[in-house]
Amino acid sequence: MSRAVTLATARRVIQQLRRDRRTVAMLLVIPPALIGLLKWVFDGEPGAFDRISVPLVGLFALILMFLTTSIAMLRERTSGTLERLMTMPLAKLDLLAGYGLAFAAVAMVQAGVTCAVAFGALSIDAAGPVWAVVLLTVASALLGTALGLLFSAFASSEFQAVQFMPAVIMPQLFLSGLFVARDRLPELLHTVSGALPFTYAYDAMATMAVDGAGSDVWRDAGVVAVSILLALALGATTLRRRTA
Amino acid sequence: MLLPSIAERQVPGYQGAFLLRRDIHGEVAFATIMQFDSLEVRPRPTRGREGTEVDRPVDEFIVYRNLMSSRRSGPAITVDVLEVKRGERQVLPGVSLEVPPGQVTGLLGPSGCGKSTIMRAIVGVQIVAAGHVMVLGAPAGSAALRRRVGYVTQAPSVYADLTVRENLQYFARVLGVTGDRVDAVMTAVELTRHADSVTGNLSGGERSRCSLAVALLGEPELLVLDEPTVGLDPVLRNQLWETFHAQARTGTTILMSTHVMDEAERCDRLILMRDGRIVAQGTPRELLERTGSDTFEAAFLALAEGVAA
Repeated sequence: MSRAVTLATARRVIQQLRRDRRTVAMLLVIPPALIGLLKWVFDGEPGAFDRISVPLVGLFALILMFLTTSIAMLRERTSGTLERLMTMPLAKLDLLAGYGLAFAAVAMVQAGVTCAVAFGALSIDAAGPVWAVVLLTVASALLGTALGLLFSAFASSEFQAVQFMPAVIMPQLFLSGLFVARDRLPELLHTVSGALPFTYAYDAMATMAVDGAGSDVWRDAGVVAVSILLALALGATTLRRRTA
Repeated sequence: MLLPSIAERQVPGYQGAFLLRRDIHGEVAFATIMQFDSLEVRPRPTRGREGTEVDRPVDEFIVYRNLMSSRRSGPAITVDVLEVKRGERQVLPGVSLEVPPGQVTGLLGPSGCGKSTIMRAIVGVQIVAAGHVMVLGAPAGSAALRRRVGYVTQAPSVYADLTVRENLQYFARVLGVTGDRVDAVMTAVELTRHADSVTGNLSGGERSRCSLAVALLGEPELLVLDEPTVGLDPVLRNQLWETFHAQARTGTTILMSTHVMDEAERCDRLILMRDGRIVAQGTPRELLERTGSDTFEAAFLALAEGVAA
């Protein structure tokens, strides 16, 4: 791996994104707008909203980043630039880490804007500190990026890439504990949910919202971090220098 | 790792340079005398392989290295009974060919005859079923070749949402070459005027020139070009051909595919293909003489029918 190549790749991805102003605007506006809408929807049930608002901030970041990255990576494959890069002195992890780094920067801005709106304008309350919520939101966004990079390998068109969002993200959402607490899930589903990374992201953010930051939260965050690295490493194995 | 080192001095009474070169692995040390009069050699400090500053002019090393590799006795590319399958279909049933160094070799044939597949195998991105491909003395696709081979795919493989300069700057960083190469290749393909235009807004021809410029960045010893002149106007096509020949004069080996028969005469050597098989190999003159034809169109037809019969 080369640090120069990784940084060059991150810079290039940011340059590409910057040229697409509408996408940038949507990445920054949609999550806070959705949180605002939800607060309004839960107007009559403020208790329920307090429990789910913080995890949902993370969920929106995860979904948007998953879609953005999988499409970006798919373009790289279909435009022939990936094939060209594979004939150049570039390690597969340089490419993936470059993407990860670029979208981490975007995620940080996104999480900052979302949290500023949520905790400022919407005066949402979390038991834990705001910076910790921002950090967990960035972690969720990065998880979305890493999963997007991995699953884009199995899509050969944009249509397929979009279908992977419900296929990959929705089950994780259903089993995370948002709808039914994990200990009340059927046994098999409980076991499966323990193997899904979003479960830990949700758990960390839900705990943060209700009980505040504690060692449980950081253990969960650690699991999320390991999942991100694992997904990136798996993503690297799906990048092939030789194709049919 | 040792950096390529060149000891250079003028030899009295000799029009040229006396070069002593140590191989990048430090294995080979030898001296040679060569004529440089036809070459423009501009000394320029360049970043070395490991990112360190090399105070010796690497340009001269590259010219020298390419000339040496073109004078090496063996071919630049050897394809030995290459088989490629795509699903059940046999795309290449067992192709063998050789590409001499320091020349422009044209791979001619109708579209779908397997030209791109052979080129993909040579740059090491094609899954092959059987056979061997050796490139510049190393197995095709090996890591050592990634700085020595430039590849241009048929569709322009550049980022449509970046400007010409941004594209070149990115690939220059990946290749570890300095920023002045970016300006040099833009001049070579005449895109300086469009340096800050977004590539996606350029015409098809301009986009393929941008893609070609990327391949020239690393001053590769071998250029593999898949239909580089498709869709270009005659003036531009002429200019690109001059660029190719200028590259070949510095010792660069060029393998390019085309399905335009009138480009055949501009190649130093031709490989005619049809349905995944090599129909004929030789210099343009040889092929015309062998078939007694006036045009390459006629020669190709004669040779293709000869195979079918």
